[in-house]
Amino acid sequence: MKLIEKMITCNINGLKVDVEKGTTILQAAEKVGIHIPTLCHLDLHDIGIANQSANCRVCMVEDEARGALVPSCAELVSEGMKIQTDSMKAVMGRRTSLELLLSNHPQDCLTCVKNLDCELQSLAHEMNIKEIRYHGEKMSHPKDLTSKGIMKDSNKCIMCRRCVTMCDEVQTVGILSPLKRGFDVVVATAFHLDLGETSCTYCGQCVSVCPTAALAEMNDTPKIWRALNNKEKHVIVQVAPAVRVAIGEEFGYKAGEIKTGQVVSALKRLGFDSVFDTNFGADLTIIEEATELVHRIEQGGTLPMLTSCCPAWVQFIEHQFPELLDIPSSCKSPQQMVGALSKSYYAEKHGIDPKDIVMVSVMPCVAKKAEAAREELNKDGLADVDYVMTTREFSRMIKEAAIDFKKLPESPFDILLGEATGAAAIFGTTGGVIEAATRTAYEMITGKELKEVDFKQMRGFEGVREATVKIGDMSLKIGIAHELGNARKLLEAIRDGRNHFDVIEIMACPGGCIGGGGQPYHHGDINVLKKRQKALYDLDKSLPKRKSHENEMVLKLYDDFLTKPGSSKAHELLHTTYSAKQRI
Amino acid sequence: MRKEILDISQLDKSLLHELDAYIDSLKGDKQEQLIHVLHRAQELFGHLPYNVQLYVAHALKLSGAKVNGVVTFYSFFNEEPTGKYTISVCMGTACFVKGADKVLERILKLTKTKKNEMSEDGLFTIKDVRCIGACGLAPIVTVNDKVYGKVKVNEVDGILEKYRGDHHEN
Repeated sequence: MKLIEKMITCNINGLKVDVEKGTTILQAAEKVGIHIPTLCHLDLHDIGIANQSANCRVCMVEDEARGALVPSCAELVSEGMKIQTDSMKAVMGRRTSLELLLSNHPQDCLTCVKNLDCELQSLAHEMNIKEIRYHGEKMSHPKDLTSKGIMKDSNKCIMCRRCVTMCDEVQTVGILSPLKRGFDVVVATAFHLDLGETSCTYCGQCVSVCPTAALAEMNDTPKIWRALNNKEKHVIVQVAPAVRVAIGEEFGYKAGEIKTGQVVSALKRLGFDSVFDTNFGADLTIIEEATELVHRIEQGGTLPMLTSCCPAWVQFIEHQFPELLDIPSSCKSPQQMVGALSKSYYAEKHGIDPKDIVMVSVMPCVAKKAEAAREELNKDGLADVDYVMTTREFSRMIKEAAIDFKKLPESPFDILLGEATGAAAIFGTTGGVIEAATRTAYEMITGKELKEVDFKQMRGFEGVREATVKIGDMSLKIGIAHELGNARKLLEAIRDGRNHFDVIEIMACPGGCIGGGGQPYHHGDINVLKKRQKALYDLDKSLPKRKSHENEMVLKLYDDFLTKPGSSKAHELLHTTYSAKQRI
Repeated sequence: MRKEILDISQLDKSLLHELDAYIDSLKGDKQEQLIHVLHRAQELFGHLPYNVQLYVAHALKLSGAKVNGVVTFYSFFNEEPTGKYTISVCMGTACFVKGADKVLERILKLTKTKKNEMSEDGLFTIKDVRCIGACGLAPIVTVNDKVYGKVKVNEVDGILEKYRGDHHEN
């Protein structure tokens, strides 16, 4: 009986629709295959966010009884409701809303970074808008190009508030808010500070959900082109794990196809002198991090130990939890390790002056740009990493160079810093770093071989996960969080003594690096991230070696150069420090 | 550039103490009472400079952007210092048709100032405000808490002189 009471019946375009109470018109229409255009609306229910600000008015439909237009994304269905989505009134209402938005939007689509990947542009096309009839005052805000990670062009903002919802509610960083009112409204930082002066983590999730080019990554490709064309420079590139399972999407492949070999070929054709694998750095990170963990456990050091590979997360803890800075691992991220070693170990072996090396990274991440610029990682004027490009920027370089990605052969990474295990592959997904670390810590602590390397309890997409692993006679309590709001919950529980963990993995983006702010746009489809995640686990499974400490090139690195894990040389090159920052 | 204007340690300790006491006295969800807290802060500090806004944000565990969003939304809140007397001219429909714009123009001319800026002598800040809900008295001018109804352009000089006089006596 109860179930029936909860159901209501409405009518959309003459079709009878039974839906649960609390369903929006948009959801009801989807149920019977009726498409209603939307713009500000963003429903990422898998990660618990819905932007339902109903302020773009692009999804208006006609409610027959009232004879009025209502926003279908926010208006709930009521019993007996009759909706027309394709009446003249509804169609023209939506058109007018869009035209009004366009009347205050720059018309530089041809040269816009979002050209052919813009939701506003697609809608103008879908709604067959060939002329903008309204003319009036246009916004004129200065572009913010001050930060290392994110570019903000408020003139392209359509006030959808997706970025605000993402930054404030999902990431709980709260950098952006609508300021002022009426025509003067602008989504901005507190006091119009430059992004670089705020507590922005550069996670780039605002960029991931921005329907236009109001928010985008800083474009570093011109600097990379210049380096590639400078004969004096030895230009090295490294590729992060999550890039290879997402780049295909930019070239028409389905989400989750593994394109490692093509990525290497593309980089060679672009002219890089050596192509290294950030996964090598990941294996190395695991060994250094597991060594640090074992040391902390045995010597009674600070627990939990937090992973430190995610730069947005590091930025977050420095600004939001400065009292907890003794818990992150001192390990640099894999990107920085590969950079530091390219300019020391590799340079030494090949007799190249480190000053002549330009280190470039291809990352799924916007925050990696800011990480590379950190003071701590730019000692004596020598940066571990010089330039970082996102997966998207990389795809643009490939297109710019007229390389046919689909026809590229597969090539292997270059030696010295090119070998990687399955443990490193899963660095790109939430739960992956800690699973990789557990595989190594287990054998380090017990001295026995770990037979079953899959730790299923650490996998998944839930925001906060816990797992307990028996290692010898100790139980290792593990916490995992992705998205910064979930990280905050975990950190507050630790700070207030409500929960105890031995080790915690945190990644700032939904799903981890696979959902990074620099990845091909998912356009609201979280399944894309799940497919990329699966691809990383498949990649892990396909590799002959699945434990970081079995990486022979990493072992050789220790023999030839670093002596042993946690040595003073390893500390000098592979570890870093953190400092408290003001929260703004 | 921004370090100084965001520096909370520059703020008057005793005023902050009073603000803290006010925040402590609030019952229920304190974040929901942001506007009350901002009112109190403006009473104490005269206006809401960035560091005061940031202080309120930290005290209520809100983001600086959110607090700044509220402050810049409501015309009652001032980010800049205001004169000893805030003169508000109602620009609601009734006041407007009764010539509020002329009244405002006269006030700006006599005080040699622009809207929302403080006069050079630090006496006046002039604002145009939305309907204040006393249309029967249109056009309306308020000076701090004092209300002047049915104001004629030629009465403006006298009103301003009164406050200039009060100021000299002090």
